[in-house]
Amino acid sequence: MQRETHTMKIVIVGHVDHGKSTLVGRLIHDTGSLPDGKLEAIKAMSERRGMPFEWAFLMDAIQAERDQGITIDTTQIFFKTEKRPYIIIDAPGHKEFLKNMVTGAASSEAALLLIDAAEGVQEQSRRHGYLLSLLGVGQVAVLVNKMDLVGYSAERFGTVAEEYRAYLASLGVEPTCFIPISAREGDNIVRHSPHMPWYQGPGVVQALDGFTPAARPALRPLRMPVQDVYKFDQRRIIAGRIESGSLEVGDEVIFSPSNKTATIRSIESWNAGDAPQGARAGQSIGVTLTEQIFVERGDVMSHLENPPMESSVFRARIFWLGRKPLEIGKPYTIKFNTTEAVATVEAIEHVIDTQDLSTRPAERIERNGAGEVVIRTRRLLALDEAETDPATGRFVVVEDYLPVGGGLISMEGYPDQRELITVRSTNITAVGHAVTGEARIARNGHRGGVLWFTGLSGAGKSTLALALEHELFTKGYQVYVLDGDNVRTGLNANLGFTPEDRAENIRRVGEVAALFADAGFLVISSFISPYRSDRERARQAAREAFHEIYIQASLEACEARDPKGLYKRARSGEIPDFTGISSPYEPPETADLVVPTDELPEEECLAELIRYVDRSFRR
Amino acid sequence: MNHLDELEAESVYILREAFAKLDKLAILWSLGKDSNVVLWLARKAFFGHVPFPVMHVDTEKKFPEMYAFRDRYAKEWNLNFIRELCPPLEATDPTLPKAARSAARKTLGLRDAVAKHGFNGLIAGIRRDEEAIRAKERYFSPRTADNSWDLKDQPPEFWGQYMTSFPPGTHVRVHPLLHWTEVDIWRYTKREGIPLIDLYFSRNGKRYRSLGDMDITNPIASDASTLDAIIEELETTKVAERSGRAMDHEAEDAFERLRASGYL
Repeated sequence: MQRETHTMKIVIVGHVDHGKSTLVGRLIHDTGSLPDGKLEAIKAMSERRGMPFEWAFLMDAIQAERDQGITIDTTQIFFKTEKRPYIIIDAPGHKEFLKNMVTGAASSEAALLLIDAAEGVQEQSRRHGYLLSLLGVGQVAVLVNKMDLVGYSAERFGTVAEEYRAYLASLGVEPTCFIPISAREGDNIVRHSPHMPWYQGPGVVQALDGFTPAARPALRPLRMPVQDVYKFDQRRIIAGRIESGSLEVGDEVIFSPSNKTATIRSIESWNAGDAPQGARAGQSIGVTLTEQIFVERGDVMSHLENPPMESSVFRARIFWLGRKPLEIGKPYTIKFNTTEAVATVEAIEHVIDTQDLSTRPAERIERNGAGEVVIRTRRLLALDEAETDPATGRFVVVEDYLPVGGGLISMEGYPDQRELITVRSTNITAVGHAVTGEARIARNGHRGGVLWFTGLSGAGKSTLALALEHELFTKGYQVYVLDGDNVRTGLNANLGFTPEDRAENIRRVGEVAALFADAGFLVISSFISPYRSDRERARQAAREAFHEIYIQASLEACEARDPKGLYKRARSGEIPDFTGISSPYEPPETADLVVPTDELPEEECLAELIRYVDRSFRR
Repeated sequence: MNHLDELEAESVYILREAFAKLDKLAILWSLGKDSNVVLWLARKAFFGHVPFPVMHVDTEKKFPEMYAFRDRYAKEWNLNFIRELCPPLEATDPTLPKAARSAARKTLGLRDAVAKHGFNGLIAGIRRDEEAIRAKERYFSPRTADNSWDLKDQPPEFWGQYMTSFPPGTHVRVHPLLHWTEVDIWRYTKREGIPLIDLYFSRNGKRYRSLGDMDITNPIASDASTLDAIIEELETTKVAERSGRAMDHEAEDAFERLRASGYL
């Protein structure tokens, strides 16, 4: 038989001392996976220390473990069966180390859960079963161990198995099988045990080989959380991993929660032969888009059909590992897909006792506890429900830099906010107003419009904008200045100074200015806005109300003025991408008005502007 | 997706997370087969570019073939290459065994380089299957301000969410190959046609399975002189990969002590 190359990840869990390390030692030995001499070395070491040999020593690779006698962390050990290679993660049973069990189990495709036949179902047996279901480990084989200590009794096995089966059933988990074993004696590990003729089911290795490899679901709707946008060369590549679904070149996609649509132009790759035409769940890819839309890390790419939901409030089943308890009203950071958000717990519906799954009201969730909560985030998230789409329906809670909890999202009782906010290009109906544009003009005595000031830093845009605002206000105009100071701190607080962010900054200003104009205001926008394409987009937003005003001064003149000392800092390299020095300025080709501030005195420039406004906007 | 595709996709994801979240990032290039795969994966992740420095912390005791390889590919792959030197043996902890002391030079060299360049993220090509202590690593593994690793109190890591924010003054080691095995490295090297140093191939019945400093690295008996032969050898061997690395075997806890103080 050709052995599969996929290495299946297995976690071994259960109450402390129920025999996990022994089982691991036994598995690697009985499958012939132990390096030559290792067994002899460990036997010799045991002798040297005056201890009887234990299979568990194979696992105890480090000093600290031997000293403490319990396994501390998730150790990964490799072995092979006829069918495939495995990595086993020896997840410990000690309560203190639950976070390590979570780390191990969450990355596993299947679990072996051990219960001591003599001791029966214990606290950690239940807690681990609960966590496996929460972490999304769907395949579980339950091993009733130390059967040699109960005289290989079929009755005892039946009692333990039934009790645990009932517990798992209430979680909605159905185990693959229950196997009576003795890890120490090697019963029902690789081959059938002669001590338990009453048991006809699979042995441990058979059960392992019966598990199915986990794969990200290619048949669910497309979800690709954007990891990054790269511009290393002329390509602008949107990078991410497809968590579910698949895509092809030419597909129309939407990015949530920004709700921008685009078409996939290409799938980019390096050293991978012909350009791929499609990609599917599990692949880490990069795509280029036909339209130049603003996309950023954290956006979720999907098809137009079946996009994720959007909400800033949702329910979650939470498990908590933090030293400090989870508290209502306290701000936490949640990491979700490729985004982060500030979140507060609005309510704790109840905490869950993992022993009997009973619930009770509580004010906090303590360390190693679990519960159901309502979470509100400061901003809108694109999300799915964990039940149907685990990868995009769960999040990690961070406090003081450390991951302290995990949660599964449910939208039960909360609406999808997407429907409330999205305007799709396919079915836009412009919202009508009870007040007409004519009525606004009649009341104000002038038309609304956008005076778009563009020019180099130091050309005099802000000075003129503020002086003009003052003059026009005095003359009875409804007038308002939009500049970097009042936009950057609020509306555009999330934008930096990369070329993409600058473009988005200008785009938003253009849209806001258009709304002001529509409301009857005269807006003076004062931004360098160096790119023609950006200004053109602003013109499209406000259409005929848009007036491009070129505040013109030579670079030499601006640099000589240098009112904020910026040119000096740019020349020294302290400010990168400075317009005019290390980044281009594209002057207007057909400005509605040119104001040459290096030729005319300030008062002349202002007078010129006032004349232009009166001529163009006064009724 | 086949097994190698899955491994590659996971590593690419991790590299991109590191690049998105850490502003002072570098790849540690030991010139061996594993770090060559890391470099290759970075070029996959960033579409032919390596958008951060590639650093060799040099003990000046490597094989001449390794230096020739380094100089050639630093240029050919257009890397932003940094070389930093390790301090002399006298600077290391005198209570460590001899070969471990020699290896500890690299720890100190690394510590100095991190301080000099202000890195907050170092990408290293270690794997869980190499060595029992490395098996306990996380993909994103925080280091304290003095570069040490708290093995017993590591943060949980699950659902593909890594620890990417840190208290000031600390840094993180990023391990994109953690889930790969030795034979995976060779199969991928073969599939992708990744160049490597020919010390790995058998000459006169011996080859190097792992490359370190000349004085503390020994070849193994092997006739494997091609990639296919190496892959076949690994499918059947029961000899540990780092058996030729002296510092791992001098005392039961030598490697653990090395790692806790910042060794890779």
